Amino acid sequence: MYEGVVQSLIDELGRLPGVGPKSAQRIAFHILAADADDVHRLATALNEVKEKVRFCVACGNVAEAEQCQICRDPRRDQSILCVVEEPKDVVAIERTREFRGRYHVLGGAISPIEGIGPDELRVKELMTRLADGSITELIIATDPNLEGEATATYLARLVKPMGLRVTRLASGLPVGGDLEYADEVTLGRAFEGRRQLDV
Amino acid sequence: MHVSHLSLVDFRSYAEVELPLDRGVTAFIGPNGQGKTNLIEAVGYLATLGSHRVAQDAPLVRLGAERAVVRANVVAGSEPDARAALLEIEITPGKTNRARINRAPASRPRDILGVLRTVLFAPEDLALVKGDPSDRRRYLDELLVARAPRFAGVRSDYERVLKQRNALLKSASAAMRARRGGAGTPDLSTLDVWDTHLARAGSELLAARLELIEALRPLVAKAYESVAATESGTSNVDIRLDYKSSLGPDVHLAADREHLAAALTDAAARMRKDELERGVSLIGPHRDDMVLSLGPMPAKGYASHGESWSFALALRLASYELLRTMGGDPVLILDDVFAELDAGRRHRLAELVSQADQVLVTAAVPADVPAALSGVRVDVSDGVVRRAA
Repeated sequence: MYEGVVQSLIDELGRLPGVGPKSAQRIAFHILAADADDVHRLATALNEVKEKVRFCVACGNVAEAEQCQICRDPRRDQSILCVVEEPKDVVAIERTREFRGRYHVLGGAISPIEGIGPDELRVKELMTRLADGSITELIIATDPNLEGEATATYLARLVKPMGLRVTRLASGLPVGGDLEYADEVTLGRAFEGRRQLDV
Repeated sequence: MHVSHLSLVDFRSYAEVELPLDRGVTAFIGPNGQGKTNLIEAVGYLATLGSHRVAQDAPLVRLGAERAVVRANVVAGSEPDARAALLEIEITPGKTNRARINRAPASRPRDILGVLRTVLFAPEDLALVKGDPSDRRRYLDELLVARAPRFAGVRSDYERVLKQRNALLKSASAAMRARRGGAGTPDLSTLDVWDTHLARAGSELLAARLELIEALRPLVAKAYESVAATESGTSNVDIRLDYKSSLGPDVHLAADREHLAAALTDAAARMRKDELERGVSLIGPHRDDMVLSLGPMPAKGYASHGESWSFALALRLASYELLRTMGGDPVLILDDVFAELDAGRRHRLAELVSQADQVLVTAAVPADVPAALSGVRVDVSDGVVRRAA
């Protein structure tokens, strides 16, 4: 145990995800040794992130204004919507630069064990967005695990009566990898999702 | 297949053991409580990622130590084209275990399944005949995994779906009770989704079990005959092995996965009211059983002690036969079983297993080990493992 404030800093850092007691101690002493200006910048960033960042009223992504940058951008394709679990999934898809539509962030996946059902997710907001008919394709990009798949099945059934095109991201082999190293489940999925080779 | 070297660090009673092993029979001899079973339990752990004695990992780690390490050199095939693999698992209770193959880390412990295959006989096997359905389901599922390691994934997917579905049923059931008398029903829109996923994972497990029962049936009958022979002249008892499904008796007629999935979905819809009332999933492979019968009678409750043992041994011998038809001889482990058997069964079992690539036997006294299994003797006393001269 360290004295007063040092220990409380270590305790606070230790509550962050992926930071154990040893790492918390190392970070705390790094901060102690660091330049006062650097530490102030970190403190300001921490404060501002809680004060300024809000969630986009349209898609649920992190935003600094009423709407996030993507929703405000008029060049985005208004007819395609991609459903993801978390804001960090938006960033991951944006990095590909393949997708030019807009997003809808659910804020998680259906998981009764954790008490998360459709009411705890931004499903109602999604239905409201789809109601006016301007969106013609819904891409479901929830995680390819059990909870993500269950959420995908649920959404697909929910929007089916609306008659729009619903797609699911493909699962399969990693690019640049070796076939022999793929696990059986992934390889099985890749077989299911195989497609015609156009030559 | 055989284990040519076993090392343990902080496993059970052992701080450190290095144990070279040979093909053929090795008998571990020593009084009770000296650590014989710990040695073969470690071998079993590398093959199944579980212990045959405990469900949790914590008891496997030596008191006061943080983690245990089990390492074995496994040789498959015989000279000149024998292939060796070094398997290693680090058991840390409460955390994810880490496995390595030939010193390269495996991304999941599950990835080492299938490298070492074992068939283990233990006094607990009597529960296969006399115990609960869960004992027989575990027998089937473990055999599925030993045969095709990808079923480890199927099994854990099914368990995960089941947990989620049960959580939903439980909260819906509580909500219904709270609302009793009032109007309205809880939101069941996501239950349909879990039904679909239960049917998907469940049908895969169910189809595999049905296929396994078909493959086992003749092998178990044959093994029973060889173990129980001469008991009443020739054993002409009709041995049967049937799958009892929560879907009803005709389940084997729809053996392909699509039909089974449809049947599971229908059954779940039929049972919905009951499931909501009780708050658990009542349909699926987790409610099934394997029925063993002797002539017209079920073995459970009707078979004598001797018949029950014959059946239990027949099930293990059938696993052995099944596994050796694909991928070579598994390592046979006989943990203290001879002391449980009468002279006749003891002798016939020894004859049946003596030809395996490798047999590891534990016994309290040398007299318990039948003559047919004479081989290397290793004395285990007070945690010291010594090869007898």
